[in-house]
Amino acid sequence: MIPPRVIILRAPGTNCDHETSHAFSLTGGLPTRVHIRELIENPKRINEFQILCIPGGFSYGDDIASGRIFALEIRSQLGDLLEQFRDRGGLILGICNGFQVLLQTRLLMADSHSGLPLASLAFNESGRFVDRWVKLESQPGRCVFLRGVHRLDLPVAHGEGRFVTMDRSTFSSFEAAGQLVLRYSNDSSGKSTNPNGSEGDVAGVCDLTGRVFGLMPHPERFVDATQHPSWTRRSDNGGCGAGLVLFQNAVSIFS
Amino acid sequence: MLWEVEVHSKSPLLDHAAKLLVSGARQLGIGGCARAATAVGWLIEGSLERADVERLATEVLCDRVTETVRFDRVGGDTLNRGPQGLGTVLNVLPRPGVTDPAAQSAMSAMELVGIRPTAVRSLRKYWLPQLDQADLDCIAWKLLANEAVHEVVIGPLAITQLTRGTPWNFSQTSVRLEGLDDRSFEALSRKLCLALSAIELSTVRDHFQTLGRDPYEIELETIAQTWSEHCCHKTLGSPVDHSGPRGPVHFDNLLKETVFAATAKVRAALGKDDWCVSVFRDNSGVVRFDDDHDICIKVETHNHPSAIEPYGGAATGLGGVIRDVLGTGLGAKPIANLDVFCVGLPDTSPHDLPAGVIHPKRLLDGVVAGVRDYGNRMGIPTIGGAVAFDQGYLANPLVYCGTVGIMPRGTAETRVQAGDFIVVAGGRTGRDGIHGATFSSEELSSTSEAQSGGSVQIGHAIHEKMLVDFILAASQARLFHAITDCGAGGLSSAVGEMGAELGARVDLDKVPLKYTGLSATEIWISEAQERMVLAVAPGDLDSLVKHAVAEGVEATAIGQFTGDGKIVLCWNGQTVGELDCSFLHDGRPKILRRARWNKSSFTPLEWKDQPAGSAQDLFEKMLLDLLSAPDVASKEWIIRQYDHEVQGTSVIKPLLGPGSGPADGSVVRGVLGQPRGVAIGIGIKHHLGRLDPYAMTAVALVEAISNVIACGADPSRIALLDNFCWGDCRTEEGMGSLVEACLACHDMALAFAAPFVSGKDSLNNVFRGTDSSGGIRELSIPPTLLATAMGQVADVRRAVTTDLKMAGSVLYLLGSTGSHFAGSQLEVLGGVRGGHIPSIDTVACNKLFHALAAAMQEGFVSACHDLSDGGLAVALAESVIGGMLGARVELGCVPCDGTSDDAKHCDWVRAFSETPARFLCEVPRSSAETFERLMHDVPYAAIGEVTSHDRLEIIGVAGDSVARVTIERLSDAWRRLSMRF
Repeated sequence: MIPPRVIILRAPGTNCDHETSHAFSLTGGLPTRVHIRELIENPKRINEFQILCIPGGFSYGDDIASGRIFALEIRSQLGDLLEQFRDRGGLILGICNGFQVLLQTRLLMADSHSGLPLASLAFNESGRFVDRWVKLESQPGRCVFLRGVHRLDLPVAHGEGRFVTMDRSTFSSFEAAGQLVLRYSNDSSGKSTNPNGSEGDVAGVCDLTGRVFGLMPHPERFVDATQHPSWTRRSDNGGCGAGLVLFQNAVSIFS
Repeated sequence: MLWEVEVHSKSPLLDHAAKLLVSGARQLGIGGCARAATAVGWLIEGSLERADVERLATEVLCDRVTETVRFDRVGGDTLNRGPQGLGTVLNVLPRPGVTDPAAQSAMSAMELVGIRPTAVRSLRKYWLPQLDQADLDCIAWKLLANEAVHEVVIGPLAITQLTRGTPWNFSQTSVRLEGLDDRSFEALSRKLCLALSAIELSTVRDHFQTLGRDPYEIELETIAQTWSEHCCHKTLGSPVDHSGPRGPVHFDNLLKETVFAATAKVRAALGKDDWCVSVFRDNSGVVRFDDDHDICIKVETHNHPSAIEPYGGAATGLGGVIRDVLGTGLGAKPIANLDVFCVGLPDTSPHDLPAGVIHPKRLLDGVVAGVRDYGNRMGIPTIGGAVAFDQGYLANPLVYCGTVGIMPRGTAETRVQAGDFIVVAGGRTGRDGIHGATFSSEELSSTSEAQSGGSVQIGHAIHEKMLVDFILAASQARLFHAITDCGAGGLSSAVGEMGAELGARVDLDKVPLKYTGLSATEIWISEAQERMVLAVAPGDLDSLVKHAVAEGVEATAIGQFTGDGKIVLCWNGQTVGELDCSFLHDGRPKILRRARWNKSSFTPLEWKDQPAGSAQDLFEKMLLDLLSAPDVASKEWIIRQYDHEVQGTSVIKPLLGPGSGPADGSVVRGVLGQPRGVAIGIGIKHHLGRLDPYAMTAVALVEAISNVIACGADPSRIALLDNFCWGDCRTEEGMGSLVEACLACHDMALAFAAPFVSGKDSLNNVFRGTDSSGGIRELSIPPTLLATAMGQVADVRRAVTTDLKMAGSVLYLLGSTGSHFAGSQLEVLGGVRGGHIPSIDTVACNKLFHALAAAMQEGFVSACHDLSDGGLAVALAESVIGGMLGARVELGCVPCDGTSDDAKHCDWVRAFSETPARFLCEVPRSSAETFERLMHDVPYAAIGEVTSHDRLEIIGVAGDSVARVTIERLSDAWRRLSMRF
């Protein structure tokens, strides 16, 4: 059994690469942080890996829009390298900024003809960056990363996380295709924890193969019990956090 | 050809900027602005065809799902029509030369699709209904733009090209000092913005007399930067004759003989167990952490720039302190940030603002946004902070930013070698931030905004993030001998400091520039952000540059450290300035200062008249008013805007429990996956500053220490930092209050064996301006010492939080309560006047810290909250809010050493007095007996229990209920202020 190798693809401004590597390590994966420049110089390097993850952060400052320049770089400099990676069985995960990037490539929710995105992550309804914990419900369907996951708590930390689609019918077709696999749910008092005004409370989506997955919440920030804001109230302080299972699911496919 | 692209939201619902504009205009009292629309604009220059611009617009600049785009040549017809029939357009652009990060990023994005413009500038466009000019100006300058960094164009843009500089024509200017008298020296200092006194300028004249010439401008500037208050503790390091309540005392060097001396004594007493590694020498203070790592910390102020441009000032303040940590030893990795703001009251009437002063609410919005945008982009969790309110900060807001770093053991010591290249890495040099160091040493005035606009910098966080990635990689490969950040004073300070012993030769023409036109002097003193200076062995230069290129960072050798003890500045091979290091660093005349502080007079406690009502109504009203007092109220609106969880290390977060109650301190793991943690606590007691600077400082320090103890930190490993922000220190009293604060620092460090490891001062925070009726108005801040404590938690799984955990647990109060209302929140609210100034029994306090830490170590304490602003009642309420559990306590059980005449006042003392060093602890009933055994040596009492009811219930000394308040009412009061932002 050979542990899968994970490429943590980073760009200037990526800043969750270390904790994302840590999460993969905890589940037996072998992560390597690779700068996008390195991959552009040597695209064949991708063949060393089975899982690709674009972590959170502010790639290129999110200066035009979140993830825009990183996505543009992938589209213009790497061609269909990531599509090939997926087609030969690779898994692709985009977390927060990584999700914002994936949505602007052909990988997640693009028009099959034009290749242009049909969904986007707009500014939060509040107009502000927000760091808080949310309740999530998953309908994994074919999404590899969410297998066996029903409910979990995770933190969000973003300014642009409001999931919007081109129009109502686009939303419905994604829903019908089972791509809207992770949603914000209510807390114990019945109040919605949707932190950003996302359409349909969508927090994460997968592609039609179930092997490409993007989400706004940060599973890598809940791999240890003490990362939960109420951990001191819980009995199990030595255990792991609920986010770890997403990484476990990915790694276990290959081992 | 100059093109303009506009990006509009498809739905007005997504146009947040328009919503803010409309509500902002309403707040300004401007009618007729019920609607607005906004767009992001881009000016793109280059020989581009329409088809090129269309590609840029649709593929690079616009999100087709949420946005629409239109473009034309600047002034073209397509852009004339306002959206939604709105007639007036208002354009806000960064001034030429001001850093425009978005434009820089956009330019590199455009290159990705194969289109290369020659210049890009970002702008914001606002469309409004027809308004008169005065209202438009008001909206432009009070809501949308800041004169220091923006220009505003009302109506369509008519520019034809983006300004670029023209090359500087070399010239060398001497400054004549011969024959000047004191008044002329002072005039010269003001004119050139040198912040040098007549005595200092005459010392410079005498030095150059021996060389037989006048100084060149560049030399005089170098001296001004190096001798600035900002760079060398000019006041705190001076000789002082002080007459204080403990008798007269003389210091040859105030700081050395108080703060530094205390640290030296603590270290000597620790002997071979000394855990300090590098203190008061490097850019931050370094202490031992675990077998493999040291940790370091620094807190800086960025007050003057933030007063003028809150967003840029706060952002670059944070950027600067992050570089301090990055520039410590061979480079430390930043692992946590903190920020503290002191501002005027948020409900200040706009009519009470002195001319040229930004309203506290707008200011607070701006500084929070600055820290948010910089800190979040850096990927460093902002884990702690505070906001202190006082009208004394109206014109002189304080912005403190701190950073904690971690580094491999053995990398704290560095040594520059003769022959090392001087390498500047990171951002390019521009005209930004000229004279920041000397400007920050001057007083502010109503014209500062216009006068010193050049001293305001705009940060580019991603450049700094790239710099961090590069430096940490290069450090791991040991590719440099020493490093420091380019902060105040720019290259002149950085190279001057690194070359203080060896000397250096710098080729200023080799420094990479943002645009041409900078003179050699401007290059030398520019405070352009995101730059570091490294000393690199000649054999390592190629490898270092390769590492830089891999992260997209520019690194350029601009000279060499020489060994001849001189700073030599060259332009295209020609020497343009030469200074002896010995004169530069040791030539500053020491000026004896006189200081005086009379013992703070005791005013007897006086209860203010209260409105009629039952004892319970009065008590409850006081409690709810205290909870919504600006200093106490929830800062959730700020905290949630900061990413406090990035890096995955946070263990005690700033908001806790199901009710998001406040934390005392914060804890992060030093290394992901490892159990050892760093605890950060802060203390600030600004309301005591004017009454008694010694007490203010001592209480702030004890509060900072208490905050980390309450989280579970080891009391025998606490490092302290001091940040002095003072008003006028040129008077005997001003200086006297500073001396008293230094004495308190000395005494507390010794008492708690807690060494100071770093510190900083910002003096002369005085504003001179005119008020609305034209009268001269002078505003000075209260003496404010920000105390920061950095503790260590052996195993973060033993850390303790403030939220109540379980109904049935016993509530204990540790520490004895006195009648300490001077400078208290109740006094600020007007409920009481005078009373004792808090004093600290350091021996008892130390015992308490150790006893509590031992109980926590054993796992007996399930919640702990340090009593601070608002006393016991507020601490109880906060723990109730966090845990969403009720509590019932009896004030009659509170250990109390004060006496009062009647039951009502007796209750108020026990509930609201602010005696320092007390803790509220929740202990499970099963551990109560053993807990009490550990407390045998300290004053403590069981005062009640945690309940499953939804309320806080307080029983007075007479046995009747004085408060029965639901959690919801407590929570609403505590969150009221946060809701307004």
